[in-house]
Amino acid sequence: MTDLIHLSAATLAGLLADGSVSSVEATRAHLDHIDAVDTDVHAFLHVATDAALAAAAAIDARRAGGESLAPLAGVPIAIKDVLATADMPSTAGSRILEGWIPPYDATVVRKLREAGLVPLGKTNMDEFAMGSSTEHSAYGPTRNPWDLGRIPGGSGGGSAAAVSAFEAPLALGSDTGGSIRQPAAVTGSVGVKPTYGGVSRYGAIALASSLDQVGPVSRSVLDAAMLHDVIGGHDPLDATSLPDIWPSMTEAARAGLADGALRGVKVGVIKELNGDGFQSGVKQRFDEALAILAGAGAEISEVSAPNFEYAVSAYYLILPAEASSNLARFDSVRFGMRVNPGSGPLTSERVMAATRDAGFGPEVKRRIILGTYALSAGYYDAYYGSAQKVRTLIQRDFDAAFSKVDVLVSPSAPTTAFKFGEKLADPMAMYLNDITTIPANLAGVPGMGLPIGLAPEDGLPVGLQVMAPARQDARLYTFGAALEKLLEAKWGHTLLSEAPPLTPTEMFATKEGAV
Amino acid sequence: MAQADLMDFDKALELYEPVLGFEVHVELNTATKMFCSCANEFGQGANTNTCPTCLGLPGGLPQVNRKAIESSIRLGLALDCTIAESSRFARKNYFYPDTAKNFQTSQYDEPIAFDGALTIELAGGRQVRVEIERAHMEEDAGKLTHKGGATGRIQGADYSLVDYNRGGVPLVEIVTRMIEGGEADSPEIARTYVAAIREIVKALGVSNARMEEGNVRCDANVSLRPRGSQILGTRTETKNVNSLRSVERAVRHEIQRQAALLAAGGTITQETRHWHEDTGTTSAGRPKSDADDYRYFPEPDLVPVAPSREWVEELRSTLPEPPAARRKRLQGDWGFADLEFQDVVNSDLLDAVEGTVAAGASAQSARKWWTGEIARLANAAGTPAESLVAPAQVAALITLIDDGTLTDRLARQVLEGVIAGEGTPAEVVDKRGLAVVSDDGALVAAIDEALAAQPDVLAKIRDGKVQAAGAVIGAVMKAMRGQADAARVRELVLERAGSAQ
Repeated sequence: MTDLIHLSAATLAGLLADGSVSSVEATRAHLDHIDAVDTDVHAFLHVATDAALAAAAAIDARRAGGESLAPLAGVPIAIKDVLATADMPSTAGSRILEGWIPPYDATVVRKLREAGLVPLGKTNMDEFAMGSSTEHSAYGPTRNPWDLGRIPGGSGGGSAAAVSAFEAPLALGSDTGGSIRQPAAVTGSVGVKPTYGGVSRYGAIALASSLDQVGPVSRSVLDAAMLHDVIGGHDPLDATSLPDIWPSMTEAARAGLADGALRGVKVGVIKELNGDGFQSGVKQRFDEALAILAGAGAEISEVSAPNFEYAVSAYYLILPAEASSNLARFDSVRFGMRVNPGSGPLTSERVMAATRDAGFGPEVKRRIILGTYALSAGYYDAYYGSAQKVRTLIQRDFDAAFSKVDVLVSPSAPTTAFKFGEKLADPMAMYLNDITTIPANLAGVPGMGLPIGLAPEDGLPVGLQVMAPARQDARLYTFGAALEKLLEAKWGHTLLSEAPPLTPTEMFATKEGAV
Repeated sequence: MAQADLMDFDKALELYEPVLGFEVHVELNTATKMFCSCANEFGQGANTNTCPTCLGLPGGLPQVNRKAIESSIRLGLALDCTIAESSRFARKNYFYPDTAKNFQTSQYDEPIAFDGALTIELAGGRQVRVEIERAHMEEDAGKLTHKGGATGRIQGADYSLVDYNRGGVPLVEIVTRMIEGGEADSPEIARTYVAAIREIVKALGVSNARMEEGNVRCDANVSLRPRGSQILGTRTETKNVNSLRSVERAVRHEIQRQAALLAAGGTITQETRHWHEDTGTTSAGRPKSDADDYRYFPEPDLVPVAPSREWVEELRSTLPEPPAARRKRLQGDWGFADLEFQDVVNSDLLDAVEGTVAAGASAQSARKWWTGEIARLANAAGTPAESLVAPAQVAALITLIDDGTLTDRLARQVLEGVIAGEGTPAEVVDKRGLAVVSDDGALVAAIDEALAAQPDVLAKIRDGKVQAAGAVIGAVMKAMRGQADAARVRELVLERAGSAQ
């Protein structure tokens, strides 16, 4: 049974389809493993044991009835708690939504269910996706399966940890400034931020509307592609959703597994995202990956994106501005927590204030205050207006770069997983951790993070980020699958098979024992 | 609420020049809301026409209602506005429980329509050109009901209930530029302007345009400038005035109140004011400064609205005749006296009368029936007259009167039958057996019988006392159960009395 949890989603889907494994068996195996390791990892905020088994049994019954099912039918999946689920609490990692069960499913969740995937539960995250470590979750941090003393990245640390700890073969994430790609980097998993508008945001609790995008989290490029095909496509409920007809990402990934897939591919290395401040082991593995790409016939060149140096500054004006408005609805009137003020009259304004004071964590308050300030009369042009101009300049940098190369690459994150508390007291240091991933969100282009090895100095995973022009998500999958295949051929195994085994908690009295 | 001192209106005009400005909110009659597919209708249970989007639930997202855009463009065109090549929604951020998201999705610096004008005609014939600064789209707020406390307002209430059925209903807000030179006509300008807007949106069919139901709501801005001064006075904004009469009264009241205050050395506070229909006064609302900071920014959940020029021109070609021009034309065609015509207009019966005339009735008969019996029945039933009966039916009824089939009295019974759903006027006549008895044979028999029964009356008639015939006519009409033409009966009575042996 244990074998089932180490399979890729594609392989498991094959076994389900040919009847050698039932969805109930696969689901139960993952639930058992969650039981065993999640007290330590804390990837999940909610595990829907009964509902998952019931959904799995229903899929098995339909298959037994001869029904033709979607490719991933019966495969378990973990869902980031930022997504509305009609049968599970959806808290976005915040106290203010503790226990809130939405009356509806996010579009991506509806699509998962329609494709027969089996939701296992909801994964942990920084509160309202604000953070790079999950340390800002109101429900306690998620631990990195590679080293339980380190962060799993954020905000989607729960989804990344769930797949890298083999608690789920697939997960959904959301990426506003790197919340899918940076956790993938530090946990040795794969994560994709699709083109803005490629995947519906309806039912994704908004952080920054113009930057948010839902995407797949997995252990292989092909698995991510298969999940992307399930969740992607136009949604009339999201006005920013693109009306495009998308090519099959699964086929794009399979094309990458063919010999010679990288021959003649023009790969641009972004000069501004490969210099000072990057950990030596990260640079080393990144350079080795470039050498492998060159060896496979890719044409490597350096390209400059001069305005990327302003990306973090612009991002930390646009994001808080939009977030300050998006989070205004958490006011205790219609849903969620309600706190009455300790003294004085009970006016709606005072109840709203008391609720928001008690319900929001410090990082959320920090960003609401920043955003409110940035939008204030007299400051709007200097802050929000200037940031939007920088955004345009960054889009132009991408346009110029993509006129020369097919894809752009950089390390996914400047460092490997850092230790808990290391950057908590210094928000700027935490913000700068996303320097590599933020430009793609500002420009709306797709980006993928995939593992390229372990840093020699700390033995922790290093990720490579690949970006393509808007609407060219398929290119990421072809490129990513090809690179993944070359790396695994070199290693002789997947990167995650090197991860230290997680042992059931009850067997050990101390955390040290588990590491 | 102390009764404010008021200055005599004429005296106020002597000392000060009133400056006006209006913001009229028009609720569009689209099938669904502005940003979601919930039904745009009231009268349901509280919070039934709601969804994650209009309830502001986490994860909800707006989708723009194309019909609302179309209605806004048509309204903009009817107000002679320029339609923006690209128009954007913006978020107006403020915390209030009737605003589910705690921001209103509105338009700010890129409205759908701008730079228009509307010329209105006052009763005395004066023409006033009102310039329209902009007409922009936005969503309505939910409805708050304050329970407990003395005033029904939020201050002092024990608790408040909120119904989001109205939340997200599409509105167009029409903002005028400053109106100067209104002078003593200012209250009438206010009334006439709002009436004109109401008439236009009704003619366009974009709104139900019922002020009493809040489909058209006016915020009236009034300030006074001392004679000879170039500097504008501080303005007040009287909110949500919801009848034409009230708009006129509210402006008059603000002129008198502000004049008294200024003349006594006081200052006007820039604020919103509440209109009180019962006392005809306003009271202070919340202070409003030009520096109110709503932290507007472009709505990131929506893409810009960029109506193609072809579409705009296509919509322009669907515009109805401007109501003012139509009124002039119809009054001429029908030959109504001013008072007669005004009666029709004020009763909202222009369409009904026009339809009835088009169906073949004479204008005077159509007017008489619509403003008379039908209006009376509608009033009693508490519904608009036009919802009771179709113009074609009224025309058919009038034809039956004109050809002598029905008397006015019988026609009223037939109308009741038509309204009760018994069929067309002709069908009701058949079913109820209401036609005038025009068969002289039946009448003659009844008359002879009545004359025979009252020989003294017969004698009097023969003696030339013609008025005595009334008693016989009454008996005949009774025998015919009213279904006879009294004039014809009279003729026949005299004839039979003369020839009887």
